[in-house]
Amino acid sequence: MNKAIERHKNILEFSLSSLLRRKTKNASLLAIYTLIVFAIASLLFFLSALKRESILILKDAPDMVVQRMVAGRQDLVPLVYAKEIASLRGVRKVTPRLWGYYYDAPSGGNLTVMTAAMPAGFIKIGSGVSRLRRATVADVIVLQSYDNEVPLMLEIKEVLPYESELAAADLVIMSDLDFRKLFKFPQGHATDLALTVANSRELSTLAEKIVDRYPDARPILKSEMLRTYDSIFDWRGGMMLVMMIAAVLSFIIFAWDRATGLSAEERKEIGILKSIGWETSDVLLLKFWEGAVISLSAFFFGVIAAYVHVYFFSAPLFQPVLKGWSVLYPQFKLVPAVDAYQLGVLFFLTVAPYTFATIIPCWRAATIDPDAAMRS
Amino acid sequence: MVKKTKDEILIKTFRIRKSTVFLVLTIINVMAFSLLMLHARSVQARAGQLLASSISIAKELQLTDLCLFTEARYTRHPAMGDVHAAFQDHPLALEHFPSGSLVPAPRPFMRRHE
Amino acid sequence: MNMISLTNITKSFHVGKASHFVAVNDVSLDIAPAKVTILKGPSGSGKTTLMTLIGCMARPTSGRIVLSGMRAAWMTSEDPSGVEITSLPERFLNDIRRRTFGFVFQQFNLLKGISVLENVMLPAYPTGEDHHVFAARAGELLEQFSIARHAKSPVEWLSGGELQRVAIARALINDPAVIIADEPTAHLDTALSREFMTIVGTLKQAGRTILIASHDPIVYDSPLADRVVEMRDGVITSSGPKL
Repeated sequence: MNKAIERHKNILEFSLSSLLRRKTKNASLLAIYTLIVFAIASLLFFLSALKRESILILKDAPDMVVQRMVAGRQDLVPLVYAKEIASLRGVRKVTPRLWGYYYDAPSGGNLTVMTAAMPAGFIKIGSGVSRLRRATVADVIVLQSYDNEVPLMLEIKEVLPYESELAAADLVIMSDLDFRKLFKFPQGHATDLALTVANSRELSTLAEKIVDRYPDARPILKSEMLRTYDSIFDWRGGMMLVMMIAAVLSFIIFAWDRATGLSAEERKEIGILKSIGWETSDVLLLKFWEGAVISLSAFFFGVIAAYVHVYFFSAPLFQPVLKGWSVLYPQFKLVPAVDAYQLGVLFFLTVAPYTFATIIPCWRAATIDPDAAMRS
Repeated sequence: MVKKTKDEILIKTFRIRKSTVFLVLTIINVMAFSLLMLHARSVQARAGQLLASSISIAKELQLTDLCLFTEARYTRHPAMGDVHAAFQDHPLALEHFPSGSLVPAPRPFMRRHE
Repeated sequence: MNMISLTNITKSFHVGKASHFVAVNDVSLDIAPAKVTILKGPSGSGKTTLMTLIGCMARPTSGRIVLSGMRAAWMTSEDPSGVEITSLPERFLNDIRRRTFGFVFQQFNLLKGISVLENVMLPAYPTGEDHHVFAARAGELLEQFSIARHAKSPVEWLSGGELQRVAIARALINDPAVIIADEPTAHLDTALSREFMTIVGTLKQAGRTILIASHDPIVYDSPLADRVVEMRDGVITSSGPKL
């Protein structure tokens, strides 16, 4: 047993000497390799964390939301609809929701305005809004109403906690009265209806009934809402897929380079090794270690750096992409969501091809007869 | 008593082999990795507490979306959008918000009401 | 008594093809232990091929080679009649080669970019021996050949004579009983060639068997040579002790 370990150690020693012969080439290879692992791992960690958090945060979303469409565009829902729908069997509660978007000209940010039971003239704002407007409790915010009258002056009653940014960073919560004043919102209408049903299995039948009654209604089921976030955070879709493909291609290129690149010099060296007593298995072990040193190191460095990047620093490198042109970007710290399966796939992708890529082309070279060195 | 020659000392300092360094480095890596996994476990245990405010606000206001992309309406509330949402401005309104490329178009669940 | 005995050894290449040729033709020879045997002959005479057969690097097409007095890992006790290597499986053949033979090549065949010390230790790497042990042996060998100060230098920095000594040191790392050298003085000047023969003398004194293929008079005319075997076209033309 000891002998086997010593043999491995010795051959590893030589593989390191061999790699160190071309310091710059192998150092840059390691760096690039690490970078790619870092990018993919960061993405995987980021998306799985967001996915888990979205499930947790949105688990109390309404069972169904009913919108109204006019000529393919979302329009306001008449409150009459609410009464009718409430009378349908299986519907426990219908809540007309008032919410909309407010473009804040001075800061350039888009705010989401919602309503709750609040005293008139007071608002609760998300911490992102507080950051944007540099306003805090007891400050007064001025909003331009659609009425063209005197602008709305609203005092901040509460700033929502920093930890809630992922759900509420851009929210402005006000009373119904202020909402209607701000948007000159017509009476007898709501933005949409939020439904609570008795039996969630009846949701689709209920949706059909609603559309039957009101063909211009558009019901959205809770499962559909959650599915949207499934697909946003799925690393198999959209931009993420492009990145994954690029990364996989890079690994293939690395492995390919190793698999085809047995130069004449390398072959000569293998011949020499065989002539001084190395067997075919020793040579293959050497090539294995040469690959493993780089890929193992790259994997660990990349994954550790990615973890720190995403969970300690909240992925600042992704910020420009996610932020886009928005002025208000939520700041949040993610709860680590590390999946053994994902890491396993990543390990398999990064380490295996590169490590074993040389085995096959090397096989032919390694089976050279030892006397070949005598002849050259 | 044999006096150690310079060459003997040279051979002896060779004792710190590269393979040892590499193996130690790898062990450190594995340990760091394990520490991070432990960290993950411990934070996950507190997840409920960390997300408490978000969850309560979401429940209170019956939120349907996370505040990720505040660029456009259909990226702010992707769960509420339909296939036409991105084209509300104009039928030929080509994708001009960067986050629009990150948020996929909603897939209809039931053919009937889309 | 250690001995290498060859009986009716033939080695042909490309059997059954148009390029078929016989490198070694029905050669029978006994290599005496602790003596210097020289294989003399022009290129193409088959001496290199013969050496590869003796050194367990290749198998003969027909004939028998028996090594006696050679210890192999899988043998618990010395077999008095010797080991017939021609019929051994690859693994065992390799093992015998590693333990019994050390090779010095014409081109030295040292690995570039690797240090002198590591080059010398290389043959010992896959044996699974504790590296402290063979590193110490390597150090001693480097000292013996006065190249210890170059231990950590890459081989490219050494002169021809120093490289030759590195090659010899490498051949000795596994403490082999037999040293096989193929045209060792081909790239050396007279002074270095004589120096080589001096080293050969030292090895002979230590009880090692030396087999050298050479057409250099400094080698085959040397007083150290105990026997000169002349070959031509794969056949031994004359063989006898040096007069």
